[in-house]
Amino acid sequence: MIGQSLTDLMYGFGVALEPHNLMFCFLGVIVGNMVGVLPGMGPLATISILLPLTFGMKPVAAILMLGGVMYGAQYGGAICSILLNLPCHPPHAVTCLDGFPMTKQGRGGVALGLTVFASFVGASWGITEMIFLSPLLVRAALQFGPAEVCSLMLLGLLAGSTLARGSPIKGVSMTVLGLFLGSIGTDLETGSERYTFGMTELDDGIELIALALGLFGIAEFMTSINQVAPITGKYTNVSLKDMRPTMAEFKRSIFPMFRGTIIGSLCSLIPGTGPTIASFVAYATEKKISKTPEKFGTGMIEGVVCPEAATHSSVQGDFIPTMSLGIPGDAVMALLLGALMIQGIVPGPQLISQHADIFWGLVASFWIGNILLVLLNVPLIGIWVKMLAIPYRYLYPSAMFFVCIGVYAANNDFFQVGEVVAIGTFGYILLRLGFHPAPILLGFVLGPRFEENFRRALLISRGDLGVFVERPISAVFVGMCVILIGSQIYFRLKGSKPPIEPSLHPHETNAAPITAEMRTPAE
Amino acid sequence: MRPSTSHLRDLVGKRDFYAGGLMLLLGLGIALKGATYRPGTLMHMGPGFFPTALGVLLVILGITIAATALASSAESAEHGESILPEHPQWWGWFCILMSPVLFIFFGRYFGMAPGTFACVTIAACGDKQATWKSTIILATVVTVFGVGLFSYFLQVPMPIFTWWGSQ
Repeated sequence: MIGQSLTDLMYGFGVALEPHNLMFCFLGVIVGNMVGVLPGMGPLATISILLPLTFGMKPVAAILMLGGVMYGAQYGGAICSILLNLPCHPPHAVTCLDGFPMTKQGRGGVALGLTVFASFVGASWGITEMIFLSPLLVRAALQFGPAEVCSLMLLGLLAGSTLARGSPIKGVSMTVLGLFLGSIGTDLETGSERYTFGMTELDDGIELIALALGLFGIAEFMTSINQVAPITGKYTNVSLKDMRPTMAEFKRSIFPMFRGTIIGSLCSLIPGTGPTIASFVAYATEKKISKTPEKFGTGMIEGVVCPEAATHSSVQGDFIPTMSLGIPGDAVMALLLGALMIQGIVPGPQLISQHADIFWGLVASFWIGNILLVLLNVPLIGIWVKMLAIPYRYLYPSAMFFVCIGVYAANNDFFQVGEVVAIGTFGYILLRLGFHPAPILLGFVLGPRFEENFRRALLISRGDLGVFVERPISAVFVGMCVILIGSQIYFRLKGSKPPIEPSLHPHETNAAPITAEMRTPAE
Repeated sequence: MRPSTSHLRDLVGKRDFYAGGLMLLLGLGIALKGATYRPGTLMHMGPGFFPTALGVLLVILGITIAATALASSAESAEHGESILPEHPQWWGWFCILMSPVLFIFFGRYFGMAPGTFACVTIAACGDKQATWKSTIILATVVTVFGVGLFSYFLQVPMPIFTWWGSQ
């Protein structure tokens, strides 16, 4: 079994090292890093804006590039949060707490250097986990019938929407809305049109790109326009030699790094608890273990490396259910899965065997990409820092062009550019009403498959809803759903949220100004 | 205890109340429209079954959200965030939303380059610090790069220049 995985991994390196694929991985990493550094551009916005660039590519190259974009954007976000105190992506909110004070003390370079290293450690562990766990999971998943798939999806959807930030009920509403949006268009089984209101352009459903760019592009720009304070370049002078930590600093961060990695990988095993929760838990743990907890928030290197390692290890771990079961844990994964579907690849347990080149190529490219990132980030830090200074008034009009042409390029259809306007407006209203639109994407991507499996399960059981609890594996998933809902109600009645968020509150005073994407976290 | 009128005003000012109301209305719309499709039976579901169920679920969730807003009236100070932001940016919002509209119009009838130029120009106008000069320069730069990238490199089939859509 292990031998098999290693052989497959070697094959994966073969795929990822093909010059063509290597080039796109490199391109993805560098562009992702570049766009991710820009304030206000988190991984979701970055991936959705760059997604159209991959339409003309082969599936392997496209997914390798998008994978690169994703973790490139995450590295970029760390730079933004440490040097500017602007967390573009929710997991980085805790990085700011100690990262920015370090910057103020002139040690921002060291924080960046160790972050790069910690991320690499975290990611490497996550990748290793992916190599050995995914085939196991696939073997189990191949036994699943429609009832099991259906209740597993239900669990994924519930976890993804209730454990994310904000009110759980609102999260579930967004998921339901997403499921509905996914059902617009021609019904797969009967061929009848649903909710198209006579518009033939809607027969194929709402375009994923239009939805993603409307929710995470236009709605975000509407939030941020004229609200983004000009960035002070006060602390952004970081040169290469600033990044080298002293031996003492390095020694101090080794153990936090490994602890963060373990926490991240544990969090990724629980469905729905993605990088945000992992980084919060990591920070809280580190603070608890520390001999000097009172110093946290004043520039402790432990408070930077531990959450960063946790974030990266958990993001890699999130790929396991996404690739091996076809069930994404958060909106970023849903977007990547959607990109695969655009390429005509059916997600699910058969993906690893049918498209071995994609899966193993992706795994190998993670490693290559992460090494590239370490190599890139060290010498290019000066350029990234300069990019931070690009004013928002140049940024968002250019991004608007990418939104328009990107949606158009999906199907060469101007109607869908119109869709993006409507979705963007609606998304902004949702944001103002306190909804986080990220679960919409999760529901949208899973919706059609959820409906299909639901119908099939009930067809097989002759209309007996009991099938979901009579089959043992399915019953376990349904039971977990019940526990999830029950615990949410329990916390609600007790009047406290799950014990992750309060850990941050004492630091609210020096916390960052909430940027646009903080309000639509990727989870 | 406050008099009931101010209680009512409290409620109407509440964001969650509208949030729940919106979900309720959306759910109603979805469910009513879904009911016009054939629902089928549990065993042989028709196209209407699944969306209608989602609509009903959304109605329930909407009521719950609104009810939570009602129940938590004591802590309204905490939840008192208004629906409009502190400084509404009507002009900025208008510019952002017009940007794809102009892209559609100019792109459809005059080609990619005019479409891009119009789209970036109107979007850039939304920023308060924008000057005509900076806007024109930005639009020109994005047009040149954008057309180069998407037309020549990625080969998006959209003419660069055309007149009233004549290809």
